[in-house]
Amino acid sequence: MKRILLGTLLALAPLCAETIVIQNATVMTEGPQGIFKGSVVVKDGKIAEIGEKVMVPAGATIIEAGGQYLIPGIIDCHSHIAGSGGINEGSVSVSSMVNIRDIINPDDIAIYRALAGGVTTANILHGSANSIGGQTLPLKMRWGKSAQEMIFAGATPGIKFALGENPKRSGNPQGGRGAGAAPVARYPATRMGVEDVIREAFNDAKGYKADWDAYDAKVAKGEHPIPPRTDLKLQALKEVLEGKRYVHVHCYRADEILMMIRAAEDNGFKVRTFQHALEGYKVAKEIAAHGAGVSTFSDWWAYKIEAIDAIPFNAALLTKKGVIVSLNSDDAELMRHLNTEAGKAMKYGGMNETEALAMVTINPARQLGIDKTVGSIEVGKDADLVLYDGFPMSDFSKVLKVWIDGAQYFDRDKAIADQATKEAEKQRLLDKEKSGQRQPTRRPNQ
Amino acid sequence: MKLLGLLMISAVAALAADETVLIQNADIYPITGAPLKGGSLLIQDGKIVDIGAKIAAPKGATVLDGKGLRVYPGWIDSATQLGLEEIESIRETNDTGELGDFDPQLKALSAVNPDSEHFGVVRVNGITSAIALPEGSGGGGGGRGGGGGQLISGQAALLHTDGWTWEEMEINRSAAMVLNFPSAGGRGGRGGGGGMPSDLQDMFPNAANAAGNAQRNVLDQIAKLNAFFDDARKYKTAKAANLPDFRKDLRFEAMLPVIEGKMPLAVNASRAAAIHDAIAWSEKQNVKIVILRPRDLTKAGPELKAKNVPVILGPVLALPENEDSEYDEGYTQPLEAYKAGVKFALGTFTNEFVRDLPYQAATAVAYGLPHDEAMKALTINPAQIWGAGDLVGSLEKGKLADLMIVDGDPMDVRTQIRHLFIKGKEITLSNKQIRLYERYMSRQ
Repeated sequence: MKRILLGTLLALAPLCAETIVIQNATVMTEGPQGIFKGSVVVKDGKIAEIGEKVMVPAGATIIEAGGQYLIPGIIDCHSHIAGSGGINEGSVSVSSMVNIRDIINPDDIAIYRALAGGVTTANILHGSANSIGGQTLPLKMRWGKSAQEMIFAGATPGIKFALGENPKRSGNPQGGRGAGAAPVARYPATRMGVEDVIREAFNDAKGYKADWDAYDAKVAKGEHPIPPRTDLKLQALKEVLEGKRYVHVHCYRADEILMMIRAAEDNGFKVRTFQHALEGYKVAKEIAAHGAGVSTFSDWWAYKIEAIDAIPFNAALLTKKGVIVSLNSDDAELMRHLNTEAGKAMKYGGMNETEALAMVTINPARQLGIDKTVGSIEVGKDADLVLYDGFPMSDFSKVLKVWIDGAQYFDRDKAIADQATKEAEKQRLLDKEKSGQRQPTRRPNQ
Repeated sequence: MKLLGLLMISAVAALAADETVLIQNADIYPITGAPLKGGSLLIQDGKIVDIGAKIAAPKGATVLDGKGLRVYPGWIDSATQLGLEEIESIRETNDTGELGDFDPQLKALSAVNPDSEHFGVVRVNGITSAIALPEGSGGGGGGRGGGGGQLISGQAALLHTDGWTWEEMEINRSAAMVLNFPSAGGRGGRGGGGGMPSDLQDMFPNAANAAGNAQRNVLDQIAKLNAFFDDARKYKTAKAANLPDFRKDLRFEAMLPVIEGKMPLAVNASRAAAIHDAIAWSEKQNVKIVILRPRDLTKAGPELKAKNVPVILGPVLALPENEDSEYDEGYTQPLEAYKAGVKFALGTFTNEFVRDLPYQAATAVAYGLPHDEAMKALTINPAQIWGAGDLVGSLEKGKLADLMIVDGDPMDVRTQIRHLFIKGKEITLSNKQIRLYERYMSRQ
């Protein structure tokens, strides 16, 4: 009981967003105000005022930044945390009926660790085992809240597609992942097959949409027709055709990126982002013409054959050729330092600091269609902010404080101060278990 | 025309090997001594022959003006599979993990592919030498290299990241013998899993049973290991006796420098308990050890210091071991090693992120490690740990000219390398990735 109470209190604490003024900060806004030294006023969870001099509201909590750097909350456009270990429904080639929303685990410690690395929003994607994967959505890293409360309200949902080695692996008797396990061959086994799976699915989806459009037209005329049968798999693809669901495509090679662009154009939809796209630089012109974004790694390469031509200049080259680029993690560890991944865009390809920081803030916000509310420090936007103790894209710097919706969710000083209390609590629980007052805790299904 | 230009650059770079190069007006950071502002450094016959406030240019010397630039020794990565592994997921490109429990006779050096694209990629970030490990992390290579379940997996080589052949790349072909120390659970080390703290075993009888089995398995492995060392010593005695029926054995022959204390064992042991066991074992066997990839340095530090055992820390950018560990546990491992007074170097234990070595070190600085100590962990410390302290790792007269000329703090991601020398030869700052970048930038 006591524990539940404590949990409730912890969860409630960040809810009470107060009025705060972060003053004497070097503010990298990623918005029209550029970089300036001054203050940011936060009220009711939103950014209320920014500038060299601001009106300090009565009763506001003052945070003295001492010249340190304040940036917009980091947005990871490709993550699999909080997925309850069930992120990849790989049994079928088209799994558009499943939804990450249904399996969010708000207790995943990776959320806290990402938060401590300055991440305030993450796009939680389905895995890449199938040509058309499951439905996806962005979360805010509101550690301590429920799954429902972490969902980014109003964000356009997405769907994951996957090209290349991963979706074809399941079809290849030699290529099953688990050595020793008898692989069950599943179409497709080639890049040709991957294209076909996607085209077949949209062929079906267009038929499904036509049935529903005809039905809706009759209803609009006041008729009372029998509705078509709902198909959860095709429903998600119908939403893609209607522009109500973003397509995020896992890909590596230039040929498959080009294939996807043509398949999308032939079927009348747009790819929102190409994910990874390590050879995106080879077809920058085609990606820019299609209007897709690219969310890539800074410097991963050589871990598989489709990553052999990866170059750390991918992000900079694509930017120079007119593509909106973000840098993502796809990994619970890397997620904790996307700021320095952005720094690599300065080294490899000469991005300036605003362009580089954009790759983990405003650019992923634009790619996810949430740039009206997050991604930059502008009046009226959500107060998702990160305070660093030095230049934010240098490895020499670390996160001091993180706010989401104006509420402080991470404070390094507090994290250090709490260590002793946490250790004592752990010891107390261990002692209690050992004293036999409780049955050993068992996880279900163990 | 462009192609011709490229060819000419290559030709110039190749010629530079025999050249005398004088670097002038640069800030020189020797690591083993105080920085020299606006100084000169002279390279001749592949070596640093002089460092001083002002050195007159010898006849025919190439003079490099280093105004506003800094000179540092090249980085050393203390744990890689460079040259042994090209593409992680493709077994045919992998030569890291052999079959068999005891393979001391295997040498990483002679399996190193000098034309691996990885060398070009890591070189341009200032990595001038590296340890190539036959199987890095105790069993991690199972199913990749085919083997990887070994106790002794072979000899690690310290090599330059440039050279026409592996012979030319060699610094020390027998830098260490790699041992995966048997342990229950934990990363690194070899054993049967389990790894449950003893104070929990009475609460979880089933798991404790499994842990008990794992413990027995560990004891079996250690017995096997001891028997192998006993046999190696008997071999040494038999060899010394020079009896007529003595037959040379390549495995035991390779063990001689180890049991004679001339070659250290590089021991994979991660948790404090495994580190303690490894140290106790090494004392009994009277062998020198270096611990690879330790965690728990708060616990293991004092003993490592007391026994004068150096360590190669794994990636700084690593997730905490346990769900309830502090979020910055990985970031603070170098600080913990430093606070305990343990001699340490950094290794990336991969090929993919070798080029990020200086940034890993910078993260340790962000979380409290003194800047100078981070620099040492990438230069002089590994040179000394791997038996090459008189050859590389600092800018000193008589050492090999492995150095970089940079425009800022070399661990800062914004800093660019302007010139790079390995064994006195200026390295062309290009690679496959840069060529692809230039080619596709020009696509209209």
